[in-house]
Amino acid sequence: MEAFVRLFVALDATTKTQEKLAALVDWFSRSSASDAAWSLFFLSGRKLPQLVPAKRLRALASTLAEISPWLFEEAYAAVGDLAETVALLLPTDLVEPAEQSPPKAASGGLWSVDHGPLPPDSGLAAWVDAYLQPLRGADEATQFRLLKRAWSQLDPTGRFVWNKLLTGGFRVGVSQSLVTRAVAEASGLPVDLVAHRLMGEWRPTAEFYARLVSTEGDQVDAARPYPFALAQSLVPPGSGAPDTLFPSAIGQLPGRPEDYLAEWKWDGLRAQLVRRSGAPLLWSRGDELLTDRFPELDSAARKLPEGTVLDGELIAWRDGQVLPFTLLQKRIMRKTLSRSILAEVPCSFVAFDLLEHNGIDWRSRPLRERRAALEQLLTAPQAERNAASEQAPAQSSTIRIAEAFYGKSPSELTALRAESRERGVEGLMLKRLDAPYCAGREEAGWWKWKVDPYTVDAVLVAAQVGHGRRANLFTDYTFAIWEGETLVPFAKAYSGLTDAELKEIDALVRQSTVDKFGPVRSVTPQLVFELAFENLQRSSRHKSGIAVRFPRILRRRTDKSIRDADTLERVLALLPSLSSAAVPSRERGETISRQRTFAWAEPNPEAGDAR
Amino acid sequence: MLPMSMVRDDLLRLTPSGLFCELGGFFVDPWGPVAKAVITHAHADHARRGSAEYLTTHSGKPVLQTRMGPNATIQSIAFGEQITLGEVRVSLHPAGHILGSAQVRIEHRGEVWVVSGDYKVAPDHLVEPFELVPCNTFITESTFGLPIYRWRPQAELYAEINAWWRENQSQGKTSLIHGYSLGKAQRILAGLDRTIGPIYCHASVAVCNRDYAAGGVVLEGWRMLSEAPPRCDWSRAIIVTPPQAHGGDTPHRYGETSSGFCSGWMTTRGIRRRESIDRGFPLSDHADWPELTSTILATGAERVYVTHGSTATLVRWLTERGLDARPLRTQYGDEGTADDAVAVEPGAGAN
Ligand SMILES: [Zn+2]
Ligand SMILES: [Zn+2]
Repeated sequence: MEAFVRLFVALDATTKTQEKLAALVDWFSRSSASDAAWSLFFLSGRKLPQLVPAKRLRALASTLAEISPWLFEEAYAAVGDLAETVALLLPTDLVEPAEQSPPKAASGGLWSVDHGPLPPDSGLAAWVDAYLQPLRGADEATQFRLLKRAWSQLDPTGRFVWNKLLTGGFRVGVSQSLVTRAVAEASGLPVDLVAHRLMGEWRPTAEFYARLVSTEGDQVDAARPYPFALAQSLVPPGSGAPDTLFPSAIGQLPGRPEDYLAEWKWDGLRAQLVRRSGAPLLWSRGDELLTDRFPELDSAARKLPEGTVLDGELIAWRDGQVLPFTLLQKRIMRKTLSRSILAEVPCSFVAFDLLEHNGIDWRSRPLRERRAALEQLLTAPQAERNAASEQAPAQSSTIRIAEAFYGKSPSELTALRAESRERGVEGLMLKRLDAPYCAGREEAGWWKWKVDPYTVDAVLVAAQVGHGRRANLFTDYTFAIWEGETLVPFAKAYSGLTDAELKEIDALVRQSTVDKFGPVRSVTPQLVFELAFENLQRSSRHKSGIAVRFPRILRRRTDKSIRDADTLERVLALLPSLSSAAVPSRERGETISRQRTFAWAEPNPEAGDAR
Repeated sequence: MLPMSMVRDDLLRLTPSGLFCELGGFFVDPWGPVAKAVITHAHADHARRGSAEYLTTHSGKPVLQTRMGPNATIQSIAFGEQITLGEVRVSLHPAGHILGSAQVRIEHRGEVWVVSGDYKVAPDHLVEPFELVPCNTFITESTFGLPIYRWRPQAELYAEINAWWRENQSQGKTSLIHGYSLGKAQRILAGLDRTIGPIYCHASVAVCNRDYAAGGVVLEGWRMLSEAPPRCDWSRAIIVTPPQAHGGDTPHRYGETSSGFCSGWMTTRGIRRRESIDRGFPLSDHADWPELTSTILATGAERVYVTHGSTATLVRWLTERGLDARPLRTQYGDEGTADDAVAVEPGAGAN
């Protein structure tokens, strides 16, 4: 554990990628396979299912620190992180509780609850086995004993790291790709191979790590997907650049229009369909196996030849139309898929790339070739199969090929993009036809050109202290727009301002506080901000009647008084008409944040958008 | 927050210019220009220019003179020396915060009020150690008034700073250590191991060093930045510099640098990361939570006014223990945690 804490300190002490990489390489070179496996698990943002309820953890920490619960909460508000708060509050000289029962012989190499304290210099895996895993499902007294025992052997930094493993969310500013590079460097394997072996589901065991760094063959588990290619934004995120910049943004892409293929940017769930031997598998970008969630794909997937891997997007699709993302989301949230939901929200896989063909890895071939083969695979034979089969051809396959546009001029692309909202897509994707399929954002040669966000001028009406880097500052804002003479709260936004702006607004919030409700302060309405939204939808569940998606703050409108802020009427007028037949009326406007609710959402928050 | 009540026998009351002792005809740390100002210490949020006469301690006088300007009229007295001002007796007692920093004790017919100013209880072996002054009413700061603030021993932090300096040296990086020019910088200087390499001080730190020397605390083994040799190997050096000098404007001539920041605020990761520094050292000149709470109780005061920091938290904590505790709105800092964040900002006052 001590060594892992030192790794954390080293990673935390620097912002330089090279130094982080060096620390990681050193760690992976020295660690045992089981320690390496567990560190990989935590460093890649994975977490164990909840071990100790946060409430219980707070209670225990308050008791040990001899402070009242309200004081714990004040401390938490100032720190902004539960693991850190607990570490800062625990008494330094926490005495290891007296032995409850004599040590028993270890069985199967596992430390049981009743064993004596594990020395702090034992490995991460031993600590996880001794103090973390046994917490699950244990009674309160046992949990207290285990926690106290672990804490009593660690210094404050060690306690913080431990609490992070305990509560989940262990992030130290290292990306998945950096960790992958470090493992590759420490083991002398190519990065691509390590990345590929890390895809899909795995358990943090010594065996897994041994396989990961094995130099034998390059065979990869038949179930594994490939690392996903990512796209860069044509417009820097958060820039809120006006419309007129976009054509020049395309103009700045290297090469000529003929070098590119354009596709719709689907508003769905990115996935790979792996059809090797055995049953087809569907993987999300967050390494979640989705196969069972999309039974309607199974038969179509089985018709694909063995040794096929497709990259594409899962979308809700009915009657020749894409359905709003919220419906797909709703379906995914369901524990069981009823017949009615399958009928209401049928899904399709829109394939846009071919990564493996006839059992051969095609990723190094140019997109032009991959796309041609994909068309061959999905169009021609599909038609033949459909024609040959007895089934009604009206029921088209649930695996469809993404529409592609070749050699469009910037003006044609601009016109296409303008159709996005109407078509229920997020904009256009532009992909270089000569590029291989590369994991990562820079190398792939993919660009996303999203539809312009909705923008609204809104009034700041409440604020809350942020977390992490924003702890201690009022940085989480609630915004309102006018409905008649009333300001109706309609959106919360956290991102988009610089640190300097945050500090300035923080001071203004403090000066204009009207009331406090727990951590929230309501303020005198006086500041107007321009907000941008990926999407706005009508919603009966929200006071304002509007559900917002991915809000961000574009800028403060010092030139506007609160009277100049937008009205609800105007905002509603922005929204597309509700005539879209595809949307069942009672489902309209149900919006839940994608990032918060999707269990397989990208563990790395910086990654943001899925493509 | 309610202003301090204005009961007749109050020895101090809050006026637009600050804390006023009517019976004595003087202010304590006023924020407006007044006739007579008793100053706890020379930090910008406690000592402001423009008053006709200042009173401080002997060792605190040189620093105060520098900050108030050569024409300011400053009288000084010894720690513990009792003087009579109007109808009250006034004495100054060590606050342990910076050199010459004082608590102001005001006595009238057996009633004793003490204004703590900023204070630190653990001795740092550099400035006059804190003295506990029993009183009826205690006006206390609360900068670090949360139980998450518990300072580690100074020796441990010094060892950490020196280890970091060595480590930077071995990686060919220049060490830039940030701390408030008055008080913190001198504590840093006192802890640096001269055998590691040369120590340079920013001009504003050097000025305070000289004032410290004039006040009786001589720090040796450092040079002004401007006195560095023409082809200085910066990678061996450490530069003691105020927070203002941190940020995007690190001169390139130092080559690759690593920045450290000494402040109690460095306790929490969020603030460390926000300030984009490489290392934070929670070396503070203020009382931590155990010191604040135990000192307040130990003064025996039945009434406590809390200012300057986590006011509400400390008031509630004291109230729970049966004390008559009230917030006091001064301009030494606003209520709420974020002023604290502001305090690490350039020039915002003591840290
Ligand atoms: Zn001060
Ligand atoms: Zn102060």
